[in-house]
Amino acid sequence: MKHIALGILGAAALGFMASAASAGTLDTVKQKGFIQCGVSTGLAGFSAPDDKGDWKGIDADFCRAVAAAVFGDASKVKFTPLSAKERFTALQSGEIDILSRNTTWTSNRDSALGLDFVGITYYDGQGFMINAKKLPGVNSALQLSGAAVCVQSGTTTELNLADYFKKNKMEYNPVVFEKLEEVNAAYDAGRCDAYTTDQSGLYGIRLTLSSPADHVVLPEIISKEPLGPAVRQGDDQWAHIARWTYFALLNAEEAGITQANVDEMKTSTDPNIQRLLGTEPDGKYGADLGLSNDFVVNIVKAVGNYGEMFERNVGSGSPLKIARGINALWTKGGLQYGPPIR
Amino acid sequence: MASQEILREEPSRGSFINDPRIRSLFFQTLVVILLFSSIWWIVHNVIENLQRLHIASGFGFLWSRAGFDISDTPIAYTSDSTYFRALVVGLLNTIIVAVAGIVLATVVGFTIGIGRLSQNWLIRKICTVYVEIFRNIPPLLVIFFWYSGVLAVLPPPRESIHLPFGSFLNQRGFYLPRTVWGDGSWLIGVAFLLAIAMAWFVAHRAHQRQRATGQQFPVFWTSVALIVGLPVLAFLLSGMPLTFDFPKQSTFNLTGGFWIKPEFLSLLLALSFYTAAFIAEIVRAGIRGVSRGQTEAAAALGLRSGPILRLVVIPQAMRIVIPPLTSQYLNLTKNSSLAIAIGYPDLTATAGTVLNQTGQAVEGVFIMMIAYLVLSLVTSFVMNIVNARMALVER
Repeated sequence: MKHIALGILGAAALGFMASAASAGTLDTVKQKGFIQCGVSTGLAGFSAPDDKGDWKGIDADFCRAVAAAVFGDASKVKFTPLSAKERFTALQSGEIDILSRNTTWTSNRDSALGLDFVGITYYDGQGFMINAKKLPGVNSALQLSGAAVCVQSGTTTELNLADYFKKNKMEYNPVVFEKLEEVNAAYDAGRCDAYTTDQSGLYGIRLTLSSPADHVVLPEIISKEPLGPAVRQGDDQWAHIARWTYFALLNAEEAGITQANVDEMKTSTDPNIQRLLGTEPDGKYGADLGLSNDFVVNIVKAVGNYGEMFERNVGSGSPLKIARGINALWTKGGLQYGPPIR
Repeated sequence: MASQEILREEPSRGSFINDPRIRSLFFQTLVVILLFSSIWWIVHNVIENLQRLHIASGFGFLWSRAGFDISDTPIAYTSDSTYFRALVVGLLNTIIVAVAGIVLATVVGFTIGIGRLSQNWLIRKICTVYVEIFRNIPPLLVIFFWYSGVLAVLPPPRESIHLPFGSFLNQRGFYLPRTVWGDGSWLIGVAFLLAIAMAWFVAHRAHQRQRATGQQFPVFWTSVALIVGLPVLAFLLSGMPLTFDFPKQSTFNLTGGFWIKPEFLSLLLALSFYTAAFIAEIVRAGIRGVSRGQTEAAAALGLRSGPILRLVVIPQAMRIVIPPLTSQYLNLTKNSSLAIAIGYPDLTATAGTVLNQTGQAVEGVFIMMIAYLVLSLVTSFVMNIVNARMALVER
């Protein structure tokens, strides 16, 4: 029901919003003193509240990185949990300032929805999970003809699923829910034979099931799911801040700047590191973005570099144990490449 | 100048400011201007803000490929169909669950309502408990009760519960044999329609005869015999052209047969049982509302208790019952949008997906509002006709 309320709210907001151009997001954010960040309702590794109620995950940390860049204080973030259906309306209507919620970058979302994607914080692909104990002998998604498949509505996943079964001339019975928890509960209860979402998500969801060991993720990856944060279209300054926060995380990893050594690095004489950390004399790369010159220092101090963020949330330092794979830096054979700060 | 004219015509009225006609005209014009300018302001702002935020608008998206599948499709639908067709599928699903829910709720509601007036202490108390429980629980919880509490704890497909006549019950739903009609089965349909026409004719003639001679004719049993007997006769004559498609176990689920999904079942049961509690109270109030003198007068005329209920009490009770009953039907239809919680693809769920895939929230919400408005108005219209027929004809 909430998405309807949001839709109506969005429609009403569009109706009653003063027609004069509103102030830039950066000014609004600075004025209210925090960033309103749209996250998922709980996807382990990306954005999920821990037992103390603190939001953990790559997506949550990205918002903290933006807050560190803007305020020099990563705690100045408020999180808004959103379902897949609610997320775009929430961003469009101004309820949130940034959407960092394992969202796939597509052309339609970039153009017709009034969003602007700032980068790809996680290269993902869609997969299937089944209960191997109940379905022994199924080891490929191509054997799923006739299966009931659980899926969350309003996602690219829902569309890829239809395409994949159509392409392979297989039948299936979609069991569609609006909220992640409802899909999880239905799959766990045995309402469906297979669960489909992004592979990273499947590993995270498996941990929350009643007996994780019974479930296996099938090898097929049926789509490209470049996940990244998005901002409202038409506010270039805010989009630049979000985009360069992401690039700063990548550049910091490439330059070997970590949460632990960032203060030592400030004394470095390497011009590349000096530019990155704002210690270069007369450098004003931060100021050009509308931030402080040492914004990268603030980011790395708060959440570490991209690699640290990855390992802590989804990699070896987390229960998910996902390998870097294509999410490694370009220097290590991956796809993560940050344009230079200079 | 205008005031001078008025003063000349009706000098006794005094100043035009105090003229009630002028005053009412002025205020009515003011309200109309305010109303239309605020509507214009909202529409104008929506269009301008959509453009400013670079959000696509217009209804052109309705004819693009939907790309997603829907689990319950009363009409042919694939992911290649248009968004418009997806919305129609959603609307039909809403109508199906609403109509089935209204029928079931009415049956259960009338039974419980009459039960509350029963002479039997146990029946009376059971009905009271039923009403007090279902009336005081939010409908969403009732839906979850059926979905997660009752249907989800049934066994998995491979351990389905076998029911008589080749039907199965498991956590994926209720599977029934599907009837497959062979050649010549049109004869049965024709016989059925013919039987209804004949039954109506018999009832008409019997009514005329009773008016003229006072003699009664067993209309009910004749009609039953006609409506059941003629199709059965046609069935036998055409060589029994009926086979059954039984549900069978396959790799994942049962296939074949007629499949009722748990989402539909739990929504239907929850909505009907919830609304039935209110209908029961309305029925009880209706029957209580008929004065006792009516029953006594009918008894004094020599009528037995059956005819008293059928000819005297119920027609009068219906006059009290129908208007609030309409509201309950409307509530049930609108409550069906709670389907979204359990994944039944009704209008709200489908339109929500369309809204999300296209990003056109304003148009999506507008379509939903119009659809529910039309559904409710049609329901009211039908119930108003029923009400007009039941209303006291004053001579």
